[in-house]
Amino acid sequence: MDPSRKRAIRLTVALTAALLLASALVYTSFAAGRDEVTASQLLKRARPGQSYVLAGTVLAGSVRHAGDSLLFRVRDPKLKVSVPVSYSGVVPDPFREGRGVLVTVQEQGDTFIGEQNSLTTKCPSKYQAASASY
Amino acid sequence: MALIGRALLILGLLVAVYGSGASLYGARSGRREWVDSGRRSVYALAALMTAAFAILEAAFLRSDFSYTVVAAHSSTTTPTFYKAAAAWSSQEGSLLLWVWLLSLWSSLVLVLTRRRMPDIASYATAVLLGFGGFFTAMTVFFANPFATTATPPAEGAGLDPLLLHPSMMIHPPMLYSGYTLLTVPFAFAIGALVTGRLSSDWIAVTRRFALAAWLFLGIGVVLGARWSYTELGWGGYWAWDPVENAALMPWLCTTAFIHSIMIQEKRGMLKVWNASLVLASGTLAILGTFLVRSGILDSIHAFGASTLGVPFVLLIAAMVIGGIGLVIWRREELRTEARIDSLLSREAVFLLQNLVLVAMVFVIFWVTFFPLISEALTGTKVSVGPPAFRPFIVPLALVLVALSGIGPIIAWRRVTVANLRRSFTFPALAGGLTLLVLLVASGAAARPFALIMFALAAFVLATVAQELWRGVTARRAISGEAVPLALAQLVRRNRRRYGGYIVHAGLAVLLVGVAGSSSFQHSRDVMLRPGQSAIVDGYQIRYVRPTAAASAQKLSFGGVLDVSKAGHHVTTLTTTRGFYPAQDISLGELGRFFNGQSDSDVGLQAGLTRDIWTVVNPDLTPLQPLISQGDRVFGAAMVQAMRTVGRLPLAQAQQALAPLWRERDQAISELAARFVTHPWAVNFLLIVSPLVSWIWIGAIIIAAGGLIALWPVRALAPRRARSYAAGPPVAPAGLHPREGTGALVARESAGALAAREGTEALAARESAGALAAREGTGALAARESV
Amino acid sequence: MEFLIVLLILTLVVLVVTAPLRRPEAAAPARARDGGARSRARLEELEAAREAKYREIRDADLDHRTGKLSDADYETLDRSLRAEAVAILRELDRARAGAAT
Repeated sequence: MDPSRKRAIRLTVALTAALLLASALVYTSFAAGRDEVTASQLLKRARPGQSYVLAGTVLAGSVRHAGDSLLFRVRDPKLKVSVPVSYSGVVPDPFREGRGVLVTVQEQGDTFIGEQNSLTTKCPSKYQAASASY
Repeated sequence: MALIGRALLILGLLVAVYGSGASLYGARSGRREWVDSGRRSVYALAALMTAAFAILEAAFLRSDFSYTVVAAHSSTTTPTFYKAAAAWSSQEGSLLLWVWLLSLWSSLVLVLTRRRMPDIASYATAVLLGFGGFFTAMTVFFANPFATTATPPAEGAGLDPLLLHPSMMIHPPMLYSGYTLLTVPFAFAIGALVTGRLSSDWIAVTRRFALAAWLFLGIGVVLGARWSYTELGWGGYWAWDPVENAALMPWLCTTAFIHSIMIQEKRGMLKVWNASLVLASGTLAILGTFLVRSGILDSIHAFGASTLGVPFVLLIAAMVIGGIGLVIWRREELRTEARIDSLLSREAVFLLQNLVLVAMVFVIFWVTFFPLISEALTGTKVSVGPPAFRPFIVPLALVLVALSGIGPIIAWRRVTVANLRRSFTFPALAGGLTLLVLLVASGAAARPFALIMFALAAFVLATVAQELWRGVTARRAISGEAVPLALAQLVRRNRRRYGGYIVHAGLAVLLVGVAGSSSFQHSRDVMLRPGQSAIVDGYQIRYVRPTAAASAQKLSFGGVLDVSKAGHHVTTLTTTRGFYPAQDISLGELGRFFNGQSDSDVGLQAGLTRDIWTVVNPDLTPLQPLISQGDRVFGAAMVQAMRTVGRLPLAQAQQALAPLWRERDQAISELAARFVTHPWAVNFLLIVSPLVSWIWIGAIIIAAGGLIALWPVRALAPRRARSYAAGPPVAPAGLHPREGTGALVARESAGALAAREGTEALAARESAGALAAREGTGALAARESV
Repeated sequence: MEFLIVLLILTLVVLVVTAPLRRPEAAAPARARDGGARSRARLEELEAAREAKYREIRDADLDHRTGKLSDADYETLDRSLRAEAVAILRELDRARAGAAT
């Protein structure tokens, strides 16, 4: 086999492998990904009994302890709305007002109950969330 | 002083813009004085930024709260070390640190390349000053570190308690050093592409900067992981969080680059790869810097809210488009004649490692940015958690480790049966044996990926041991030294090679730690009363007694745990959770001390075989009735007191209130003490994690190897001048004047002479115009003609 | 007061940075000045190339001793590397002779 044909074959194999990897990645992302909703989206489309992953920043001044539950409000990144969350379980150390959080919630009455141990915070970054308060 | 600081920044911006333009003009017109002026601009920028940074640090150290950044990130109660470090915990201060480091490294590279590559260096200067100008502009227009307020508060907000940890304070300077060092090879690559001078010169000069960048970035990443493990109460060291990925991606890309350039040096191949890799590494470094300060991954909307977002995106876009454009424009000069002969060759292994590393970067990039991509495409943010990474990263990591073992021992051009037999037998046996033993004698078979990683690690360690052994033997055959000395000299004379092998060994060790701790971890989340115990992975962990402490900074509640195995005491762990007072009075006069931000103080016993790790999550509900009572009492007392002292001047009012504060503090202490006197069940997270310590040990080995590879061989230049001036040279003992080039070079390659001595001798020969060189040439020519 | 300090720093910076532009040689034709710098640069490049070539020869030897280069491949490689080294040395001699004149 002459060298240029060898190269062509190698190139094809490499590109095919790359394409496979890319497709696998795209597929996994869309399949295993979970929809994140913002506070405004949650208020709009929440149905009782359905779980949603709520993403947003913790509203300044909204953090309270009530029994063994943590109460806080998650605000929408753009609009001036926030939703109340009642969460029990492990609270990550970086949790504080102004931090980005993800929590799985279900609607219950006029508040949202956070699933046990589903609260995660983003690693602290230099980004000063201007959205910590309205 | 703040005014001077701001003026220095503005001056820095002007100097950077001027210098960039001057260098460009000088490069294009060939007028050296403009290039020199550009170079001096770099030095001037370094001086200005040093002064500005010093002013900022001084403000932090003396707790000058008229500076808004100092008030926002420091306090009088912050320990001195952390006061200094608080300078870069702010957006503004960190940008200043970035541009300061950039100006330092830029000055260094220009000093080192004073006389070389004038064409490339002038374009590189323009690029470096471009970066300097950009970041200075950020501090001048968007994030001013020297902003002051007319009404300084009496006390600052203090540092986030999570950051009061040594590794968390060194972590940013390490990362920024890494990022800024990467701009140097980037700038020289741009210069090489623009001028079309694509021989290996630009690589030779900047290779060390890339290696240093790699080292610092790696240290920064590991420090972050260590902090996460020992400070954040979740028990892990890597969460695939965007800010973590932001530093990992350029590190992986730089790893590919520093390997790939070896192929260019040896065989002139992979030039397009090298140009692309270095441009990608520089771009990823800027991207990483941008990711952690723009909020872009919170949401596209958050990105819009941050003032830094748009300029950074423009810069990154310029780097990407410019880089791709330059590489395409110069593709002819980057083309090489040499081809990879066989897929079973060292060249092919290097190419494969490029592909694997780039694939890893791509995967991490995709999963990190996927929420944005999906938001842009579908309007919904879809997040992909860490489990999504693993099916891709783990196999890629396994291949990478395998390559790190195969690469150093496989033959150039094409592998032969002899080569296989000679070089692969021992490492393959080691790997195979390890695999067999672990399969049979341990429960590792339950986790095939970890098992394969252990076997591959054994393979890699065996290859490194074999290489060291062979090198020592070869050296001893000539020098007859004792083994330890031979080893030291071998490594000293071949720092790049053996430094690199040590890094591979360190990587194998580190990944053993990762595999062990991810695959074989046991964790339990339990509620325990004092005296109760739980069993985790054969260890019996008993909650002995509760602890409580109250101080001005925080309240801590925790426990002492006794760990034993098979009846034998193993260790005693202490863990607490600290509660910091909130500023919000609506939480109650007493309540705000119990309901503020909290963090964990991890109880950790590290060992060579396993770590025992615990955090406590005390629920303070049982105290709540008493706290509420206290809130009412003190709330009323406060209202009463305010009426009485409301009219008094500040100092007198504070004096009058002091007894009230003392009583409040007393009440808080007593409440806290109830945790000990009337204990209740609290929640503990208990984790037994095997082999974690090997991650840190492996990282130290990697750093040592990197340092060895980085360590400079003493420069030739000063010696040359001396040999000219010293008059007739004296031949070093053992060398015949007639031996000539061939023999001299042969001696060097046998490692019998120090590299320096050999070239010194040769320099001596040349300067005397001795016959040796000509004889050597003649003799060699005679041999060649046969 | 601060304004004066800033002015002082500004003056200093301007002086330092524009010093090359104000040198008397700046008036001289570009080519002549550049020639000296170019030949110095060439010398440094050749010296660096020589060092790199020596390192390659030593690396090849070490590779051969540790079984990564077959005898035949090593012979060919070593010979060509040494020839390249000699070529660089000749070039270096020429360049030095040129610079000395």
